[in-house]
Amino acid sequence: MNKVYGSAAEALDGLLFDGMFIAAGGFGLCGIPELLIDAIKAAGTKDLTFASNNAGVDDFGIGILLQTRQVKKMISSYVGENAEFMRQYLSGELELEFNPQGTLAERMRAGGCGIPGFYTKTGVGTVIAEGKEHKDFDGQTYILERGIVADLSIVKAWKADTTGNAVFRKTARNFNPPAAMCGKVCVMEVEEIVEPGTLDPDKIHLPGIYVHRLIQGSHEKRIEQRTTRAA
Amino acid sequence: MPWDRNQIAQRAAKELKDGMYVNLGIGIPTLVANFIPEGVTVTLQSENGMLGLGPFPTEDEVDPDLINAGKQTITELPHSAYFDSAQSFGMIRGGKIAMAILGAMEVSENGDLANWMIPGKLVKGMGGAMDLVAGVKRVVVVMDHTNKHGESKVLKDCTLPLTGTGVVNRIITNLGVLDVVEGGLKIVECADGVTEDEIRAATEATIVG
Repeated sequence: MNKVYGSAAEALDGLLFDGMFIAAGGFGLCGIPELLIDAIKAAGTKDLTFASNNAGVDDFGIGILLQTRQVKKMISSYVGENAEFMRQYLSGELELEFNPQGTLAERMRAGGCGIPGFYTKTGVGTVIAEGKEHKDFDGQTYILERGIVADLSIVKAWKADTTGNAVFRKTARNFNPPAAMCGKVCVMEVEEIVEPGTLDPDKIHLPGIYVHRLIQGSHEKRIEQRTTRAA
Repeated sequence: MPWDRNQIAQRAAKELKDGMYVNLGIGIPTLVANFIPEGVTVTLQSENGMLGLGPFPTEDEVDPDLINAGKQTITELPHSAYFDSAQSFGMIRGGKIAMAILGAMEVSENGDLANWMIPGKLVKGMGGAMDLVAGVKRVVVVMDHTNKHGESKVLKDCTLPLTGTGVVNRIITNLGVLDVVEGGLKIVECADGVTEDEIRAATEATIVG
């Protein structure tokens, strides 16, 4: 069984189709699967629905798929950094489903764990709760949220062995593990692929069972808000 | 003189107690970290997956894999820990975080909070704010008392889409400190040189006591 592919395009071969539902890892521009996003742009797949916390910026991340009008709908918690997103949304060209950030993360985690729905207090009494089942537990009101199962997950890790056991680095972990878990197929890009036995089994963040295809590549890792103090 | 942004943050920092795990929102709340009182150790949580936020990096220390929830570059501390977004919100939703200090567009006398959306105008999203107000034990909001037209942002009922209902415990504005209590808001403290009457005049919400 070989999980390692030569390029992002090869790793996505046969997996993409118009109208599909993709879960993507990353927070802002941190830990995003930038190589796979580029490859989806090149493939030209249309009418995509993305579950992704953010929508990138105008010229990086999922933002580049908005420029090419490949995205039909976003399921996100925060899209404030993207002018083209706002323009398409306010003009009605782009569908948007806002999810509270923790609800989105748990929807992915739950979907990947075979849990079709869960109750949460988040969003009770707000527009998020409209049309959703309400249920009281121990005197508190909760709403029902659904688990997400995506056609495809695209995620980014720091290192993985050839079987897909993956390690993330610092806050670049973020949505990547839950996004990886919720896809029927998961394609992962990493900075370095190593041989099995190189990574400490006790320090694996995401076991390879969740990862079906793997590529290594170099990453731009753009910084959104470079903030420093004097040395 | 009403408090400026830094003075609001400085006052909010007095809410921090030794040993607390705290989440600071974006904007004025981020400034609170600059005013943590002497002798008080708090662990800051960033909902993108970190406990133990350190200060901004020097130019040499900048790491694109290490950012806070405002997407700013930061540093780690000896006791820092990283985790994924599902676990991050697990600890938020699960009531493990003692306090959140958040910004507000509007707040109401029963503790409703609106801080994420102006319909038809500004589409940004709630980020983690709805999860934080629903899960964190104590919610403190920091805000200007009035908008640029001089109209109160401390209201009987919020007019903007809500982030949560009945979730705010304490409101710290440029004019002073108010608590959400039975029947309305109670003035706890006035900014230097601001009178209770001035706070009442700038507040649409019911003030009790």
